[in-house]
Amino acid sequence: MSTATNKGRGSLMGGAPGGAPSAAHALLPSDEPVQLVDQHGHPTDDERYPLPDGERLLGAYGRLVTGRRINDQANALVRQGRLAVYPSSHGQEACQVAAAVVLGGEDWLFPTYRDTVAVITRGVDPLEVLTLLRGDWHAGYDPYEHRVATQATPLATQLLHAVGVAHAAKLRGEPTVVLAMCGDGATSEGDFHEALNFAAVFHVPVVFFIQNNEFAISVPLKNQTVAPSLAHKAIGYGMPGERVDGNDLAALLAVLGAAVDRARDGGGPSLVEAHTYRMQAHTNADDATRYRSADDVERWVPRDPIARMRTYLRTLDLLTDEGERALADDADAIAAAIRKGLNTEVDVNPAELFEYVYTEKTSQLREQAALLREELARDADAAAAGTDGSIEGGRR
Amino acid sequence: MTQTTVGAPAPGTAGTSDTGAVPAPRATTFAKALNAALADAMEADSAVLMFGEDVGPLGGVFRITDGLTARFGEERCFDTPLAEAGIMGMAVGMAMNGMKPVVEMQFDAFAYPAFEQVVSHVAKMPNRTKGKVRLPIVIRIPYAGGIGGVEHHCDSSEAYYAHTPGLTVLAPATVRDAYFMLREAIASPDPVVFLEPKKLYWSKEEVDLAELRRTFDGGQAPRRIGRAVVARPGTDATLISYGPSVPTALAAAAAAAEEGRSIEVIDLRSIVPFDDETVCASVRRTGRAVVVAEAPGFASVASEIVARVQERCFHSLAAPVLRVTGFDIPYPSPKLEHFYLPSVDRILDAVDALQWEDRP
Repeated sequence: MSTATNKGRGSLMGGAPGGAPSAAHALLPSDEPVQLVDQHGHPTDDERYPLPDGERLLGAYGRLVTGRRINDQANALVRQGRLAVYPSSHGQEACQVAAAVVLGGEDWLFPTYRDTVAVITRGVDPLEVLTLLRGDWHAGYDPYEHRVATQATPLATQLLHAVGVAHAAKLRGEPTVVLAMCGDGATSEGDFHEALNFAAVFHVPVVFFIQNNEFAISVPLKNQTVAPSLAHKAIGYGMPGERVDGNDLAALLAVLGAAVDRARDGGGPSLVEAHTYRMQAHTNADDATRYRSADDVERWVPRDPIARMRTYLRTLDLLTDEGERALADDADAIAAAIRKGLNTEVDVNPAELFEYVYTEKTSQLREQAALLREELARDADAAAAGTDGSIEGGRR
Repeated sequence: MTQTTVGAPAPGTAGTSDTGAVPAPRATTFAKALNAALADAMEADSAVLMFGEDVGPLGGVFRITDGLTARFGEERCFDTPLAEAGIMGMAVGMAMNGMKPVVEMQFDAFAYPAFEQVVSHVAKMPNRTKGKVRLPIVIRIPYAGGIGGVEHHCDSSEAYYAHTPGLTVLAPATVRDAYFMLREAIASPDPVVFLEPKKLYWSKEEVDLAELRRTFDGGQAPRRIGRAVVARPGTDATLISYGPSVPTALAAAAAAAEEGRSIEVIDLRSIVPFDDETVCASVRRTGRAVVVAEAPGFASVASEIVARVQERCFHSLAAPVLRVTGFDIPYPSPKLEHFYLPSVDRILDAVDALQWEDRP
């Protein structure tokens, strides 16, 4: 593939790849993903998007270091039985961080179950985020506090919610932009199609952000689609698509930032596909050796998002020994707080099971709540009396 | 309906509601009452939006949204791309962000593509977020049979929704209830599946829509969510019904009266929440009950009602509680549907089977 054909202006910057004149062609992604810093930490000659300034990169780099630490700490806590499960974004931290930091306070983020680091980067308390995976309740944070939707477990359904939030904001004339995340597998779902189509038809400010990490649990991308790229799907909805190196923090900030700006300026929705790789298994319950080789994974090690950005920032003397120590201390502190929080038993309250099904409990739920309350009271009485709660004949 | 408003209509203005004069009650269809409820709700609250398929300039295939786009603009009543999951999912996001969406699923059996959004998100999001996120969404569904509809146009799908905790499920049977229940559904902070019996769209009652509006806006309309009503009092047996089966049950009660039996008819109105109190009070009085519903009987709302009644009223019952429901078959084609639908005769047969000879 010739680089000459893909180096024009990026499609999210209002230009057409290769300078092609047609409006339709302007919606197509470039042949090669946008890359501003290569895997060796060197700036590229890619001029489609401006390289973010050093301060911005340094700030985001700190979040990468923290994000990696959160992933690794959470994995350890699963092994210790403190979390039920953790879908790690190890290797995808640049996508996670960029998705959060390109948004302003008035914007919304719609994450999936793998996007814990993005949610924490947006400002949500890590312990509240991990409530879901710890098993205390199906969500642990107030979505309105940081404008972060609950993490979606069904695939692509949240993309439609993102469209609705953006649509409501548009009707009220608010400047809100919504960034909605999904993976490569989710692009096969019907709701992915409906969300992009609705967003385009209603011209609402949504940035659809696909982390293409090449696997949907065990199924590789080639079993999901034979499209030239996932970003190519955008033209089918009449919106621009762009491809970006998903392990290049600088490129992600530039491309997602342009997409957000475009949406906020009334340019409508767009689709960004980040090429990255799931370095670990789907979750701790998965065995990745059954469907991919160690060599496959090994090929992605040198493309690590943290190593290259560290090299880049050290080369420019933006990152110093002292700065690195400070970042490591910050990451240690967050990991320690997570450990401490998850090693503290939380009293789940069974009475809450009935509290939020309806705004006002139905008579049936009042009866069921009373039933459970009585059972628990009997158990408590039995415990106080030192018996197992059973009475004659073995019935409790 | 008695006209209770002050002042008499000026000569020549009776029946015009926007001149300031008070119109007389007039024959009003169920469809028109729903249309008025939507318009009044949109007038009262700018957060109320109406969208779906063909609900814009066309006014919906049943004309329930007639005139709303012209009156409120295409930002508040609009057509969407033809995709039910999309409609439902977008409604979730809009409700998260301050709106009160009313969506129309064009027909009962066309609502199934939206099912995942309804079950996994509409019903669960408030619970997941411990009430932080409320979803005041109304899902309007033209519902059930009796109109000679072709395949996929006549399903009784209430059990799917009633089985899903978090959803309120309503089915009005009268013109007044159509108005008040839709207003109440739109005002509810919880998501509501609003089942509109298609065969009742053209049924009429003498009502004054302006008075209904004043009653509701003045907070004078009694609550209907979770409240069943005695549609016809009686002493010998109770017919428990909802939505499209209520008129059939009433006709059966009228026929039974000619045979000397006094049959009470309960119109549930609200399937979820279910009004155990009103239903059980009636059955305890009469000692006999038949549940009438169009949906297939197996694992149905009718089955649930039978179970609840026998759990609560066992010592008041003189006979097992029976069901008259649709057969356990896919909804039949137009020429066969009358064999399927609960009929007056089938209800009377069930009433006859309530072991009258064993009466002490």
